[in-house]
Amino acid sequence: MIKDQDFLKAKAVYCLDVAKKIGASDASVTIGHSISETVNFRNKNLDESNRSDGLAFSIDTYIGKKKSSISSSNLLNENLDILIEKCYETTKITPEDEFNSLPDKNLLADKLKDLNIYDNTHIDNDKKIHYLKELENIASEDKKIINTESSFTEKKTNFILANTDGFCSGYKTSSFTTSCVAVAKDENSMERDYEYSSKRYLDDIKDPQTLGKLASYQTIRKLSPKKIGSDKLSVIFDKRIAKGMLSAFASAISSSAIARGTSFLKDKINEQIFSNSINIIDKPDIIKGLGSKNFDSEGIKSGTLNLVKEGVLKNYLVDTYNGKKLNLQSNGRSGGTTNLYFENGKQSYDELLKTNSKCIYITETIGHGSNLVTGDYSVGATGFFVEDGEFKYPINEITIAGNFKDMFKNIFLANDLDFEYSTNSPTMMIEGMTVAGK
Amino acid sequence: MSNFFDKSDLARKDAENIVSDTLKNCDDGELYLEDSKSESIVLDDNKIKSSNYSSDLGFGFRAVSEEVVAYSYSNEISKESLKNSAENLQSTLKSIKGTYKSEIPKSNKKFYDDINPIEQKTLNSKLEVLNKVNDYLRKKDGAVKQVTANFLGEHKSIEIIRSGGEAITDIRPLIRFNVSVMLEKNGRKETGVYGIGGRQSYDDYLKNDNWKSVCEEAFRIASVNLESKPAPAGEMKVVLGPGWPAILIHEAIGHGLEGDFNRKKTSAFHNLMGQKVASEGVTIVDDGTIDNRRGSLTIDDEGTPTERTVLIENGILKNFMQDRLNARLMKTRSTGSGRRENYRHVVLPRMRNTMMLSGNQTQDEMIKSVDKGIFAVSFGGGQVDITSGKFVFNCTEAYEIINGKIGSPIKGATLIGDGPSILKEVSMVGNDMMLDPGIGTCGKAGQGVPVGVAQPSILIDKMTVGGTKL
Repeated sequence: MIKDQDFLKAKAVYCLDVAKKIGASDASVTIGHSISETVNFRNKNLDESNRSDGLAFSIDTYIGKKKSSISSSNLLNENLDILIEKCYETTKITPEDEFNSLPDKNLLADKLKDLNIYDNTHIDNDKKIHYLKELENIASEDKKIINTESSFTEKKTNFILANTDGFCSGYKTSSFTTSCVAVAKDENSMERDYEYSSKRYLDDIKDPQTLGKLASYQTIRKLSPKKIGSDKLSVIFDKRIAKGMLSAFASAISSSAIARGTSFLKDKINEQIFSNSINIIDKPDIIKGLGSKNFDSEGIKSGTLNLVKEGVLKNYLVDTYNGKKLNLQSNGRSGGTTNLYFENGKQSYDELLKTNSKCIYITETIGHGSNLVTGDYSVGATGFFVEDGEFKYPINEITIAGNFKDMFKNIFLANDLDFEYSTNSPTMMIEGMTVAGK
Repeated sequence: MSNFFDKSDLARKDAENIVSDTLKNCDDGELYLEDSKSESIVLDDNKIKSSNYSSDLGFGFRAVSEEVVAYSYSNEISKESLKNSAENLQSTLKSIKGTYKSEIPKSNKKFYDDINPIEQKTLNSKLEVLNKVNDYLRKKDGAVKQVTANFLGEHKSIEIIRSGGEAITDIRPLIRFNVSVMLEKNGRKETGVYGIGGRQSYDDYLKNDNWKSVCEEAFRIASVNLESKPAPAGEMKVVLGPGWPAILIHEAIGHGLEGDFNRKKTSAFHNLMGQKVASEGVTIVDDGTIDNRRGSLTIDDEGTPTERTVLIENGILKNFMQDRLNARLMKTRSTGSGRRENYRHVVLPRMRNTMMLSGNQTQDEMIKSVDKGIFAVSFGGGQVDITSGKFVFNCTEAYEIINGKIGSPIKGATLIGDGPSILKEVSMVGNDMMLDPGIGTCGKAGQGVPVGVAQPSILIDKMTVGGTKL
């Protein structure tokens, strides 16, 4: 069973008391508990079962403007005493930093909304096995599929965040995740692809037949790929990777990157960085949202942010420490974005595909080719060659490259947004990227 | 050595009995206990930004029957907790039949000392080095706009208890020291990063003011990149420098030779054993036995002593890297390659220090032989798709080669290639093998483990360079 609020609160209060008693001027503590159970299948048989049950504790102690932190998985009071003492001793010899402080009391979350992010349902391993059997039966129907690996994970978490200014709050979350990775083979190649579904509520996950069919279909269609020549082309990003552009954007507007001067978006507030059809929103209170939260990792209430409005950058993602450096108030984004998304574009998916007589449609990228200091982008890619709106043949062993500053201005979006992840984008087209192949 | 039982109601004898009872009809399994301490001290933006200490204690209990692995972990070492885990394993493995009786080999060799690097250097002296780094770089050149430097230290003590009560232990120190510098000149910003580390004390790496050479190297890379031009796009010849660029070997070849992917036949290499997969003169080993290296281990996380495994010998595929599970199912022996990030994770076959050995050509000869191509000196990360064999890595320092001469530096670009065929495109192997500076972390199935790489300079006849200039 997941530990209840009272147990976690008692631990948090204990830690704060110890810290205060030995001389810390302020302290902030997080106590978390998580249980997850996973069953893995391979080729229609049980492959692995994995149960994890873990407590975690972390504390920041302050002496005026000095700060240090400690974390541990051992929550016995005797161990907590030793660690908090050690943390305090380290704090003493750590130099002062004028920007260190607990978050502004006035910004702390007071009331919690019920965001429907905890489903108390438990699915036992036999039922997980039943789901995975059905899934793999469908996924491996086609003879070209030579291997399937699928998994079902149920995860429950609970936490308390407390500080010496009186903040003490937390809540439970749950997630149910199923996935299937298939490998297909023909005389020319062997390819891998996947499908997955992750939801807060058990009843919302995709049914096993749909998931299995998609995994199989998406893998088989990649067989016998060709390598294309190098060219300037329009590149269409499948939804599952288009969201990566938003993640890069979010990293580049984090107050830490801005304060350190290591972002290509520094000093771009109120400037046009996307075309004027683009709106980007970070909304923490979507019911059942995978990124939904009541407050950030400091306890500050998170409200909806219009990060980009009609192409103009309106907000950075600000926490307390970097906010002070930048003279900005925290907007509750310590720890990053919540439910981040592009608003829908005007065209349909089909219209987007037909915009150019030829383009490439990318379903997967590999490599860590985003440089957020310069904005340079270059990654390996796999996908399809598209002519007159139709998928002609699979392609691989190519790279796509550009610079975010230009790419952002050339983004066009379809109107097919949905909320499968915590960061979501409609299907995306970027014109004028360099494709390197043969 | 940590005593995992002295502060617990769980006596060693109880633990041994629970392990033996649970695993008696299984093919394999063990109780893995771990006590780790780690620290991270970061200087950034002219300040000591954070000083974190972490202490983690727990166990992972594994039962293996045929192909099925049941795993349960907890960070509470107690009788109740271990019994719960045992019940969980038994309920998963409903019909157990196991007979695997492969003893763990014994060895007295150790590849690093039982030290605790965190305690060996005072916090004050670590802070002092970080501040010196910051002052040194900022005084060096007005173009320096940002400096980040950090120490990472770890002390991990593990014990493996097997059915029958056999206990195997190891103490693993690990440190890393990194410097990152950002320069700004004429409106352009570029960063340079360099780091060093391994399984010795901080001062072993920092003696003779060695932190200065780390600063100089980070500064040099950033300066080179300030002058960089857009990288070319398309297929061309690529000369790789020695040392760290061997992450190409790690991504392109290494992962594809891990036992699990080959047992499951999902690796592009699974049916190539004994066949020619590389040019003549190419020999690649995975070695866990080099003293004090980041990827070295006295024993792996199943207790098997590590070894030097020859993967490819003179172009011919010789061995895969194996843990006990995959070795048993493929009817071979463990190569001491079973690793896990920590007690929360199951064991997987992983790399240690992956190295291409020296040939007899020089880097000069390689550069001179290229009419149009690039010379790649340093990389950021890489990634591979095991099944299709396609891999990428990102240059962080590279130059164009024109008519046999090194030209201008070029911007960071991704290089993409095909694992099973790339080594056949190697046409020259240098005589200058070098180990990397001790900074690599390999990710697989959500688990990160420290690894090393090494190679001499090599010439690859054809690779796709992912620049922007057609």
